[in-house]
Amino acid sequence: MLKINGIKRGIVIDHIKAGLGYKIYKELKLDQANYTTALIKNVCSNKLGKKDLIKIDNVIDFDLNILGLIDPGLTITIIEDEKVVDKIKLSVPEQVEGILTCKNPRCVSTIEHIDNILFTLVDPEKKEYKCEFCDTRTSL
Amino acid sequence: MLKGKHLIEPGDLTIEELEAIFTLADAIIQDPKKYSDTCKGHLLATLFYEPSTRTRFSFEAAMLRLGGEIIGFSEPNSSSVSKGESIGDTIRTIGCYADIAVMRHPKEGAPKLASKHATIPVINAGDGGHQHPTQTLTDLLTIRSYRKSISNNVIGLCGDLKFGRTVHSLVKALSRYEHMKFVFIAPPELEIPPYIIEELGDHPYDRTSSLEDAMPELDILYMTRIQKERFFNEEDYLRLKGYYILDQKKLEHAKEDMIIMHPLPRVDEIHTEVDQDPRAIYFNQAKYGMYVRMALIVKLLGLGGDLHA
Ligand SMILES: [Zn+2]
Repeated sequence: MLKINGIKRGIVIDHIKAGLGYKIYKELKLDQANYTTALIKNVCSNKLGKKDLIKIDNVIDFDLNILGLIDPGLTITIIEDEKVVDKIKLSVPEQVEGILTCKNPRCVSTIEHIDNILFTLVDPEKKEYKCEFCDTRTSL
Repeated sequence: MLKGKHLIEPGDLTIEELEAIFTLADAIIQDPKKYSDTCKGHLLATLFYEPSTRTRFSFEAAMLRLGGEIIGFSEPNSSSVSKGESIGDTIRTIGCYADIAVMRHPKEGAPKLASKHATIPVINAGDGGHQHPTQTLTDLLTIRSYRKSISNNVIGLCGDLKFGRTVHSLVKALSRYEHMKFVFIAPPELEIPPYIIEELGDHPYDRTSSLEDAMPELDILYMTRIQKERFFNEEDYLRLKGYYILDQKKLEHAKEDMIIMHPLPRVDEIHTEVDQDPRAIYFNQAKYGMYVRMALIVKLLGLGGDLHA
């Protein structure tokens, strides 16, 4: 059995749909982090069958709401002094940058390199976002 | 208040800013000579990544009539663009030479991208099927001049309402004014998209495929082209094409003071016999296009002077 040490101060992202852990890990740029992190894949779960799990031994400056776009079912727990101090409920973010790409073949972003296209939520139910350049709607 | 702003889509300007542009355009129409030196010593760059002679001439004529000068390209093959320079780099470089830039680009959002890197005002002169704000300004000024006010009108939009970018922008812009009614006249294949209907807010609207039925109610008839390539088969195209050709007979039931508009160029959706009708104002519309561009350039350069710049 794999054992991961408890964390003193940091974040646990749990109940990630199996297979999406790596995507979130990369999105949070944890692959470039110089502090302790753990990505655990395919953990047995009563609820999900299998799930992924991420532990971060640090306080990161990142809008965690963006994760709601990748997997709205995951849970985020903030830990301080080895105690749970906060659980974040995810909502669909109003704006996202860098996660979505524009699917309009006529969009300027198909010919120019643009790092962070800003997408604004236009339909919360369908999780549809609008490209800041061409206004085309897209979802993840 | 407009100095240094960009015009990427009609919504970039407030109703008050539009009004200031239209007021100046009126003043220029009244006394063009008075403004013939307003832009002296200023340079307009026309960056046309795809040819559009009509639009480019309109901007160039506007700047020249203000006493300004122009530089630019209309064939990207002959410029640094063909060497793969980014839009951001191009606009930054152009900003070192010119005071204001006009951009036409086949890719949607290209002028917006340019505006993010620009040190000078950028005007969108058409980006793919997306936006063409100076056409909308032209249409609004034309309506304002002929109908006395932009509010309180019943406008019928006829033709290709699905892909027609000028129609989409105009509907969006008009829905900001009071007491408007919209009548969308199109075949089922080319109906106005639902997201444009959403923009209407509380304004009443009708949908019909019959131009004749709609005619008696209209204060403004806005005609557009129906393009053959939008149809799946030739038969449908030929059938519908004839249906939307405006001729003198269809005008029999129109109001005396209705105005007929068209963004031009026309192919055959308005019979030439209609040109003589006093209600046909589409060629004057092109003239208003130049005047509104003159006013826009003056405002964005901050040269409005006493005319509440
Ligand atoms: Zn886009």
